[in-house]
Formats: sequence, structure tokens, C-alpha cells
Amino acid sequence: MSILINKDTRVITQGMTGKVGQFHTFHCKQYANGANCFVAGVNPKKAGEDFEGIPVYASVRDAKAATGATVSVIYVPPSGAAAAIDEAVDADLDLVICITEGIPVHDMLKTRYRMQGKRTILIGPNCPGLITPDEIKIGIMPGHIHKKGRIGVVSRSGTLTYEAVGQLTALGYGQSSCVGIGGDPINGLKHIDVMKLFNDDPETDAVIMVGEIGGSDEEECARWIKANMKKPVVGFIAGVTAPEGKRMGHAGAIISGGQGGANEKLAVMEESGIHITRNPAEMGRLMQKVLKG
Amino acid sequence: MKIHEYQGKEILREFGVPTPRGAACFSVDEAVAAAQKLGGKVWVVKAQIHAGGRGKGGGVKVAKSLDDVRQYAGQILGMQLVTHQTGPEGQKVRRLLVEEGAQIVKEFYVGMVVDRASQRVALLASSEGGMEIEEVAKHSPEKIRTVRIDPATGLTDAQGAEVVRAIGIPDVANAEAVKVLQGLYRAFVEKDAMLAEINPLILTADNRVVALDAKFNFDSNALYRRPEIVVYRDLDEEDPAEIEASKFDLSYIQLDGDIGCLVNGAGLAMATMDIIKLYGGSPANFLDVGGGANKEKVTEAFKLMLKNPHLKAILVNIFGGIMKCDVIAEGVVAAAREVSLNVPLVVRLEGTNVELGKKILAESGLPIISGSDMADAAQKVVAAAKGAK
Repeated sequence: MSILINKDTRVITQGMTGKVGQFHTFHCKQYANGANCFVAGVNPKKAGEDFEGIPVYASVRDAKAATGATVSVIYVPPSGAAAAIDEAVDADLDLVICITEGIPVHDMLKTRYRMQGKRTILIGPNCPGLITPDEIKIGIMPGHIHKKGRIGVVSRSGTLTYEAVGQLTALGYGQSSCVGIGGDPINGLKHIDVMKLFNDDPETDAVIMVGEIGGSDEEECARWIKANMKKPVVGFIAGVTAPEGKRMGHAGAIISGGQGGANEKLAVMEESGIHITRNPAEMGRLMQKVLKG
Repeated sequence: MKIHEYQGKEILREFGVPTPRGAACFSVDEAVAAAQKLGGKVWVVKAQIHAGGRGKGGGVKVAKSLDDVRQYAGQILGMQLVTHQTGPEGQKVRRLLVEEGAQIVKEFYVGMVVDRASQRVALLASSEGGMEIEEVAKHSPEKIRTVRIDPATGLTDAQGAEVVRAIGIPDVANAEAVKVLQGLYRAFVEKDAMLAEINPLILTADNRVVALDAKFNFDSNALYRRPEIVVYRDLDEEDPAEIEASKFDLSYIQLDGDIGCLVNGAGLAMATMDIIKLYGGSPANFLDVGGGANKEKVTEAFKLMLKNPHLKAILVNIFGGIMKCDVIAEGVVAAAREVSLNVPLVVRLEGTNVELGKKILAESGLPIISGSDMADAAQKVVAAAKGAK
């Protein structure tokens, strides 16, 4: 098992025919069972065409009806990306993964409002996507650094997720699933939501949680872990050296009014029983130490 | 993107929020002429810089004659205004706002932010006007009222009336104050703001409610559809290095250390700064080259870092996903040659095409120090920076 996706997941790609969509769809299709998983693309102007043998449909609804796919991944440019999420939600998909970076925050506020009461789960936007190693990769992460195994990874940052995964793989620890939840202030799944899924997944033994400055999602997740988590968690927070009031790349990564600082987050995490490290090069080794007791 | 107070007030007026009459001025003569045109006996001369805390720094003066206006405008224009938000070097004042004086009976605070926890726009209001909301939040959080606004209804009359009463605005001015809050909310949504503050919002002797200040910060991701906001941009208020970086789609922030960092991805870039600090060094900058970096972008990134006179060493830390290590390696080699690199360079490559990337670096003949992993690279760059001192 794994969380959210596996080799039997069938995926619609929104924005497949654009340059970015083509590049990543090609690599996702190459990875593990990708050739069977990526079954449809969406572009209202190119319905009836195909890319790499993947048929293009006019809408998400059409693509779902024709292929039975229940998950979509979005590479649509920022100005149309929130509408693409809306379309996937209206088509009643199980899961939508939005890779697009730079969506206006007011668009996301409206989209999240529309999603209330709907069953569709959103990951992202501005995220690398998610992967269940040796089964399926949906997103832009390099597949080859992953290894099938029993450690879950959840992170707000793309390349820092790869860093954690790379360290685990180098030490011989594979991953059950790795989820990049994205760096935007208004997004779908939070650390806490993914942590709950890992806690319930019989094939996940432990979790690496990677956070960064801004907001209070990590603190909320930490408090939940303290009360509920049955598995060990290793944590790192990026941005101990970040100055207040300066946005560190991600729209969500800013310390304002003294809120959202890395040290405060680390303190709450440590107090919640999470094994924290302040050294981003030590995430894998700390996990090894924790697992070996 | 931040704008000036006088520009913020233009937006507020567009949405029906009363502000004092006033004019933006770029010279002493303009300031005096503006005061004359406004008429009356009392004027306020206000420095226009993007940082807050201008009053305490001597950037806001009340003038009781046109001679006063001339004197204060002369003092403030061109001064290096230091506030708690400018840093010790301060910010040069190039623009003034000259306004009619207001009779203040009481000051209030109102602000709006995008609240990530509730995924709503949140209205913050307080009886403690004129103070920084962070200070109020720290010392007397019970004095802040928060209303999370439903996007379908906007700020309702009932919600508005309740919050206005709660912060102590008298009932005689209640309806007008609710209109101010609703105007602020509409401005916030329709102009794609991330933050808006009126501090203080004042009650006048004749029970009017007036915005005495205006602060806005807009979502840079939405500027493509807000040309009317983009024209408000004042490059004098921005860090030249950051402006240069934004031209090449690089995310760059200058810091006060001496080790330059070039990284792909915001999270990894922050983590790289952190690990440098952990091993006893000090980062000179945050620099995320993003996912689509090419030779040109890497070269520009090197140029930016090398403009920093404090720079003692550079660490390139790349975990290639979308970005291939060989492309980065070629960029690093080309950049090092083009900019005649004069500080030690440590490179750590990992991910897609890593072997090819390492080969390109090794065969370049450049004195590049290779880091086997993030820790090794950080330790080497810290040592190199210390050796260079």
C-alpha cells in the first residue's frame, strides 16, 4: 500500500500539450507503471489529438467519462490554473495535484471556497507533486532518486524533498510515498492531513516532515502528532537564518509580526516528540538512528 | 509589491473611503504651492517611503503656517529617514504628501490580511489606533477583533456594525465606519492585495471617519492583470540587486554575511543558508535560480553575488530535478570564465545527470572545489571563506 496514489491510479493531465506539460508527462509516463497510468490529457482546442499516444479530450469531464480516470495533474499557466482546479473539482475527481507556480492568491481563495463540501482532495499548488516509488510518479520530481520502501516524506519545498529522499535512498531506506504539498499560503492538503494518511498506512513505518518559515501548519501538525501519531517522525524546518519581513522565494515563506519563525516551529515540534534536526544534511541519518533505536 | 501612502489613499478614495485632501510633492516649492491650494491653517507634511514608523523617525510634521510647510518640506525631502523597518542606513525621502490637518478625537486600527489557516480574508480591527498591530497583538490581544470574511457575501452590514461597535466607534459614526470597512474589503479583493492597513483610522470632532494613513501590499503573482497598480511601482524604494535579479526571474535577497549561495528551489536555498550558519559561516544572500535555469541565468546570478563587496566565497548547491546537472555545470563554468571569478567556488551537484555535470566541472580546469554532499560542501565553503579573510 501507499498513500493517495498507486500503480492502479489513472491520471488526467490538464495542460499536457504545453511545453512544461509535455516534458513532465513524458517523464511520468516513462516511470514505473506510468505508461498505463497516464491515460488522458485535456485541452478544449485540441480534443481528438494525442501526445505520446495519450488522447486529448475537450474537458476533464469528457476525459473522466472516456477513461475512468479519477486523478488529475495540472500544468496550466498561472492565470488559468485556478479555473483548471475548479474544472477538476466540478468533474468530481478524487484527487487534483496542481504543479503550477505563481497563481494569484485571490484566485486560490475563491477556488478553496468553491471546494467546500466537495469530496475532491487538492495537493498544491506550487508543488512538485507526489510519488509512490516503483509504482507511479505524478509531478516533476526526479524519479531515479527514489526507492521503494517504508518511509513517508511530506514537505512544503520541492528540492528539499529531493534532498530528504536522496539521503534516505543513499542509506538504503526506501519510501512508501513522498508528498510535496507546496509553498503557497492558500493550498490544499497540509502537513497534518498527509501525516494522518501516513499514520493509517500499514506500509509506512516512519515519516520525515520537512517544513519552512511562515504560517503555523507545522505547529498544528506537531500538536496532532503529540496526541495521535503511532509512528516516529523526523523533522526539519528551513529558514532559521531568514530575516523577518523578507519573503524567501515561496509566497508563503515569510516571517511577519514575529510569527512563523523556524525556531518557534522547531520548539513546538520537539516538544511534541518529533525528532528534530537543525542540519538539513542529517535528515536521513537521524531517521536511521531513530529506527535503529 | 508595496506602494506609497498617497497612492494607497487614491485607491481608498476610489472605493469610497474618506481621506484628508492632499497632494504628492517632489520639491519644496511644490509642497508650499500644494498647501496654499489646499487652504486652511494646519497642514501635515509626510515623508513618502515604503517603510512604516515614519513619524517616530522625524518624517511627519504638523505645519501651522506656509513658512512651516517650506521649512519642514526642506528638512524632510532628501533626508535619510531611519525607522525600525528601514534598517540603520535608512531610506532616502524623494516624495512628500502634503495634507490638510485633521481634528483627531480618537484613533483606531483596521487592517486586512489573507489568513492562511481559515483560507479567508481576515479583517483585524482595534481600538488601539496609531500603534503597531504586532505590539497590540503581543501585549493586549483582547483589544483586536478578527472577522473572517465569507467571499460569497463580503463583509456584511451586520458584521461591520458589530466590529465597529466593539472597537469603540460611537453609534453616530457607525454607518460611515461600516462603509469604510466594506470599501477597504472591496479594494482588497478587487486590486489583489495581500495586506491593507489603515492606521490610524480616525474619528473627527464632527463625527466623521477618515483614513489618515494607507498601507497596501499587492500580490506580485496578480500584477499581470493590475496594470493600474504596476504604475505605482517606485524602483527607488527597492533594493537595486533585487530589481536586477527580478529582470532575470531570479529570486534574490541580500543578507549581511560573506558566503554567496546559488541554489535551485526556495526551501533548499533557505536550508543552504541554515547549514552555512550551522558550520560557523554567514550567508551573503538568498538566491533561488528556480527550476528553469540556463547558462544566462546562472551567469547573471554569479554577477549579482559578485557585486557584493563582502563576498569571500560562493557555494553552488543544486539538486537537479527538472534542472539537469550538466546544464548547471556548463552555466557555472561559463559564468566563472565570463565574470573572472576571484573568490573560492564550492559546487555540490546531485540529481538528474549528476555524473555528466561533475565531469564538466572537473574538465573545465577551473579551481572548483567539489562538495560530495550538502554537509561536505557547506564545511568546505565555510573553510574557504575563512581562509580568504
